Amino acid sequence: MSDTVLDIRNLTVGLPTDADRPLAIDDVSLVLGRREILCIVGESGSGKSMLSRAIMGLLPPRVRAVHGEILFKDRNLLAATSEQVRLVRGREISMIFQEPMTALNPLMTIGAQIDEAIRIHTPMDAHSRANRVVEILASVHLPEPQIIRRSYPHQLSGGQRQRAMIAMALSLGPSILIADEPTTALDVTTQAQILGLIKEVQAARDMSVIFITHDFGVVADMADRVAVMQLGKVVETGSAHEVLGRARHPYTQSLVAAVPRMAPRPMKTGTQAPVILAANRVHKTYVTQSSIFRRNGRVVHAVKDASFSVRKGETLGLVGESGSGKSTLARCMCRLVRADSGEAMLDRIDIQALSRKQMRPMHKRVQMVFQDPYGSLNPRLTVADLIAEGPIVHGTSRQEALKKAYSLLELVGLDARAGGRFPHEFSGGQRQRIALARALAVEPEVLIADEPVSALDVSVQAQILKLLADTRDRLGLTMLFVTHDLRVASQVCDTVAVMRNGEIVESGATESVFTSPQHPYTVALMAAVPGQAWHREALAPGGGLRHDPR
Amino acid sequence: MVGKMSFTRRMLRNRSAALGLAVLGLVMLIAFAGPRVHGGDPFELVGRPFLPPFGKFLLGTDILGRDVAMGVIYGARTSLMIGVIATVIAVCVGTFIGGIAGYFGGRADRLLTRLTEIFQTIPSFIFAIVIVAVLSPSIRNVIAAIAIVSWPPLARLVRGEFLAMRNREFVQACVSLGMTDARIILRHILPNALSPIIVTGSLMVANAILIESSLSFLGLSDPNVMSWGFMIGAGRPVLRTAWWLCAIPGVAILLTVLSINLVGEGLNDALNPRLRNA
Repeated sequence: MSDTVLDIRNLTVGLPTDADRPLAIDDVSLVLGRREILCIVGESGSGKSMLSRAIMGLLPPRVRAVHGEILFKDRNLLAATSEQVRLVRGREISMIFQEPMTALNPLMTIGAQIDEAIRIHTPMDAHSRANRVVEILASVHLPEPQIIRRSYPHQLSGGQRQRAMIAMALSLGPSILIADEPTTALDVTTQAQILGLIKEVQAARDMSVIFITHDFGVVADMADRVAVMQLGKVVETGSAHEVLGRARHPYTQSLVAAVPRMAPRPMKTGTQAPVILAANRVHKTYVTQSSIFRRNGRVVHAVKDASFSVRKGETLGLVGESGSGKSTLARCMCRLVRADSGEAMLDRIDIQALSRKQMRPMHKRVQMVFQDPYGSLNPRLTVADLIAEGPIVHGTSRQEALKKAYSLLELVGLDARAGGRFPHEFSGGQRQRIALARALAVEPEVLIADEPVSALDVSVQAQILKLLADTRDRLGLTMLFVTHDLRVASQVCDTVAVMRNGEIVESGATESVFTSPQHPYTVALMAAVPGQAWHREALAPGGGLRHDPR
Repeated sequence: MVGKMSFTRRMLRNRSAALGLAVLGLVMLIAFAGPRVHGGDPFELVGRPFLPPFGKFLLGTDILGRDVAMGVIYGARTSLMIGVIATVIAVCVGTFIGGIAGYFGGRADRLLTRLTEIFQTIPSFIFAIVIVAVLSPSIRNVIAAIAIVSWPPLARLVRGEFLAMRNREFVQACVSLGMTDARIILRHILPNALSPIIVTGSLMVANAILIESSLSFLGLSDPNVMSWGFMIGAGRPVLRTAWWLCAIPGVAILLTVLSINLVGEGLNDALNPRLRNA
């Protein structure tokens, strides 16, 4: 590495006394070289975001750097006055965030926001600033920069907003760009484009980048050097090549091992089990409510003419990006959503056609696990009560249901004592176990899992996926698995159906879809999965990662 | 779920809430214990009219020679009773209507929201006057009038809470378990919407006391029941010569309403999770 642009020495950041640990960042020393992309990897709560905020001088109230220094151009940013830090911020070091919608001011046009940043830091006149804005928007490959300049954030797509955010960060030609999970909120195809863009501007402008992420696939595609953080400490640093190929620290090894790989499940042979769950030309449109001021609401075709079938004991993966209608279709299959037309066949009964009263006993046969482990459990009930609710409403006595709840807690790998506690006392992964126990309590035949692991850290993800697969095999469940992550789908599902804009564009056995995708959209999705080169090399005999010298 | 200990501690750490609680406790003590200690009838003529405070009678006597201290004690009773009962009724009605509208949505929602809006378009105090004037001025009718003008804001609040909760995943999970609507509403949604209802309800008590005082100031309250508003109304003609006849019950109203507001805000801070770590 050449000369150093940012030197963090023994940085220690203290948390308020009522936090779960005393230090957010514990004695961290890191060096960022010129033209280098440094990836900081860690799970939630590792302190990686706090580190970026400390560099920017944007620590939340009651959180303070208690020790150490952050040297930028021979000046300690921690000791600088707020005015000096303000001059550095934006101009020398700028930052992009995870959710561009909240990081942009919704009441200002994109152009005005970039213009403001330039106006504050430079003496340029209005005309040349306007030219500069257009130029910078063009440089991040936004189509028709003149129009984008006059657009408001809500008029752009998620990917365009993140591009605009990057344009804003680049507007003053900073020497360091800090990207805090910039692609986590984006779809996989958009993520690939944004990652490419960041690399491109980094190379074109001789910038250094601190890239914060939890995804080792992204690390493999982006990093020159990697720092792995755990509970506020940097446990391992090294070149991407070293860390990804030959991790030394056990924590890094476990993280790398937990990364889901594209490894399609081999086809089950001789499966002639009866079809238990089938969608037959399901159609669902949402019409935004019309009012006296607007006669006809906007029509959104969430699911268009979707059909699939799942054999008993098999798992079908519904794969697609956000807004593809996969969740709506899944919810039609347990009648949380009433379809406009089409049939949702559960064991040859069309549950969409049943009355509410007829549906009640059917609910027992198909259960759902939701995405958000924080929102899917009633915070006011104890865990045992939560799990017992299902059997109770289907006629089991309370005592009997509670007994069952405790045995289910064991089944999903939780201590029986957990039954008396409330959901907020558990971590995300544990809550997802509780949610699974609740679904299993009514002994369903079909389990619908709607993005059950996408809100979880990668190491927890692997555990929950294993639990789901084990439970499915042990109880002979049929599963409908909704996910946006092709890597996860490849591991769990026997068959997959790829959705786009409400339509199923391709479906078939997992192995055949993943090895020889037919539809161009499936091909694009597969190509966008991060870290593929790394996986291929890691799987190839003789392993290891070829380092790509800059 | 918030533990009881930590809730109490949070409440008491808030200095203004603790102060409000203390004042409110004092008012309640006076209201409940006062008549027992003091005994007698607040309408009884006990001495010469217009005796100043701190003489033979602690707070003096009024125009007709009634003991002002007795009036304040019995007034506290009236105010608190009317405030609490009217609020309980309004909270029940508002929660019911708002809950039905928010949970079921669609036609029921449109109908009930329109109904709520009709009530909200009528200025609430004038509406209360009309109700009491049309019916007769009795305690029961005053309570009814206050409840009728107080429920709409609560109904809107509850509707919003239910609407947001309806699409939360834990409620969706209840639906997919095949629960009845009644069970979902009572066991799963209502307990989670309780904190804002309690906070708003506590502030509604203060408002109810003000409406009651204003009604009785105008002579529209039960003539057989002593109340603070009535005392102010009775003292108004002699405001320049015997100002304390208006000032004493006025201060009583001020302190009570203020303390309830402080407690309400304290409850809000203690129950609102977003402010918890601020």
